[in-house]
Amino acid sequence: MADNVDEDSQYRIKEGDYVVLKRGDVFKAVQIQLKKKVIFEKQWFFLDKAVGQLYSSTFEIVSGGILQPLKPKHTEGPADAKEAGTDNRNIEIIQQLIENSSTFRDKTEYAQDKYIKKKKKKYENTVTILKPSCRILAMMYHGREPGKICHLRYDTLAQMLTLGNIHAGSKVLVFETCAGLVLGSVMERMGGYGSVIQMYPGGGPVRAGVESFGFPEHFHDMLHEFPICHVSALLAGTLDTTAKDPSADSKKSDTSAEEEQNQPEAERRGSPEEQSMETSTGADGSHDPEKDEREKLKEARAQGKKVKQEEKRKKLAAAAALLEGRNADGLVIASRFHPCPVLMGLLKFLSPSRPFVVYSQYKEALIECYTKLKDHGGTVNLRLTDTWLRHYQVLPNRTHPVLLMSGGGGYLLSGTTVAADCSKPAGSQQAGEPAAKRLKLTDTEG
Amino acid sequence: MSFVEYSDFIQDGDVAVVYLGHESMMPVKVQQGAQTQTRYGAIRHTTDLIGQRYGSKVTCSKGGWVYVLHPTPELWTVTLPHRTQILYTTDIATITMMLELKPGSVVCDGSLSHAILRTIAPTGYLHTVEFHQQRAEKVAEEFKEHRVDHLVTVRNQDVCKDGFGVTGVADAVFLDIPSPWEAVRHAKTAMKKQGGRVCSFSPCIEQVQRTCEALVDQGFEEVSTVEILLRVHDVRTISLPLPDFGPDSLAQTQPDIAEKTPPIQASVTMKTTIPPREIPGHTGYLTFATKPRT
Repeated sequence: MADNVDEDSQYRIKEGDYVVLKRGDVFKAVQIQLKKKVIFEKQWFFLDKAVGQLYSSTFEIVSGGILQPLKPKHTEGPADAKEAGTDNRNIEIIQQLIENSSTFRDKTEYAQDKYIKKKKKKYENTVTILKPSCRILAMMYHGREPGKICHLRYDTLAQMLTLGNIHAGSKVLVFETCAGLVLGSVMERMGGYGSVIQMYPGGGPVRAGVESFGFPEHFHDMLHEFPICHVSALLAGTLDTTAKDPSADSKKSDTSAEEEQNQPEAERRGSPEEQSMETSTGADGSHDPEKDEREKLKEARAQGKKVKQEEKRKKLAAAAALLEGRNADGLVIASRFHPCPVLMGLLKFLSPSRPFVVYSQYKEALIECYTKLKDHGGTVNLRLTDTWLRHYQVLPNRTHPVLLMSGGGGYLLSGTTVAADCSKPAGSQQAGEPAAKRLKLTDTEG
Repeated sequence: MSFVEYSDFIQDGDVAVVYLGHESMMPVKVQQGAQTQTRYGAIRHTTDLIGQRYGSKVTCSKGGWVYVLHPTPELWTVTLPHRTQILYTTDIATITMMLELKPGSVVCDGSLSHAILRTIAPTGYLHTVEFHQQRAEKVAEEFKEHRVDHLVTVRNQDVCKDGFGVTGVADAVFLDIPSPWEAVRHAKTAMKKQGGRVCSFSPCIEQVQRTCEALVDQGFEEVSTVEILLRVHDVRTISLPLPDFGPDSLAQTQPDIAEKTPPIQASVTMKTTIPPREIPGHTGYLTFATKPRT
């Protein structure tokens, strides 16, 4: 029925969507690209047939790497229900293996379960396609590549989002080196309302993880970035983000003229290039058509470079404007950097009575932060915590905690800012609210 | 001020949180002409609060001072007048993420309300059910006071018998009741046909077993039970005395070495953390599941 299709359109997989593949407890984030081979759990397949299907559908991987939708099964009992989508054929295979195994009967119940799980994994050829969410991605990263996210366990991330009071309409600062997972999670909780400023170390912000969330386009309007190498200047009021003379800019860039390629999009910086452009349209008046072509390309590239630099300047100015007011509503830090200086530096951008939360894999680093904050003043409700997480197997007569559990998920230091030590008398309030604090869906700045 | 949006200055009618010291806070209803007594003296609302910035230091009549904080669901959890056993931030945070709550989510629940409202605002909606009439009225009043009543409907009914009062609209359902297995089918009805997430919080393992069974029977998938505990680390500076084993025997045979060795310290000071003497060892088991498309 036409109605059903419209209702479901947001639940259908589209080409270009970012999705998460799942089998059992294993997840992988990929983008749906036609005719592109994807590898998951040692199997190669194409995602083409998934387009148009509903999210959370389970598919079987048939020969040739094609996906075939599995009919939803009504499973027999609790044990099977846990692994929804297991093909009947596989159940038969595993039954056979059990029957043929001479030692199976002698195994303990735990060992039997382990055996079945291993065989299932070996013969499993189904995959479920999920819509990404913070929950799924956090579990995926923690299971697959914990090193990339500083070993931040998903429940610790959950604590951060709540302790930081992350919600729509606020202005949040994020400093993270967790591949963008923390940033994406913050953005998900803000739903496109308000603004997020990613403070980043080094040359550029890392955001691969943010893509995996598959946010709608307009979410990116709320996302800003600011390099921490300019924080001191910004705090001192000496950061200049006004447009400068374009020729002055080109001198600062590093030279990599040898990498010249005939691609108009390639950002080429270098004074030699500028100079060669000038000299080739020079005095001798020769009309070499190839040379003219090259010159045109160089000019186009130089123009493109200027446009990009201007965009970059505008973005920096926009982010600086958001930060200058020192009225951010929240601060979230999760990185491999020593948290102490990061925290002390970025706290200055928060309004009073706003939460901040710092994650570290190591308790000692946070002890230092705690001590510094106590000495410095300006914060209350400081708490150094970690969470203990345990999964349970719940089955009739076989309910008990799962045998292996996570050893640790990192530590958090949380607190609330308060006014710097000088109580204001009732009369002398600052006039009105600082400008442009809450951005609407359509960004009107930069 | 509202529980779902920050503001900078305290206004008449706001609910603020007065911070008195470590682990000591109290809620205050700001009113012209009113006064609040604290152990540091009285706080005069008109001069000390109204028009002041949230986060300001306020000096009380006896000379001591406090801070006035903007309310958040987390602060509310620890300061609110307790009517029933409530959930603490640790569980709330886990539930919020595992139910995939975010702006726009439609939720059915019974007791997490403030935290949920903060997360689903401004485009989400909460359908909350409260069995006791007086509590239901009090809760509805509170929502109005906290300026969140436009995001929530309170229904006074028995969720096990009558469900949540809505059909096919919820992205997520949270159950914090003694017999959640009786409400599972109502949860299923209240949820969107395209699917959603459900969570049940139960202190007893028997409840968990019955709930898991009901969830599986009703066709829920990915049934998973966890428990989560918060461990607090109190930062302390400690000083450990060093033992005296007597003068170094080397010193007697080689006097020049004795000169170079530093004098014996009496103690070593260091920063560390200590756990509280007793900690909450159990709050409840959290069972999550996914409702597939129906």
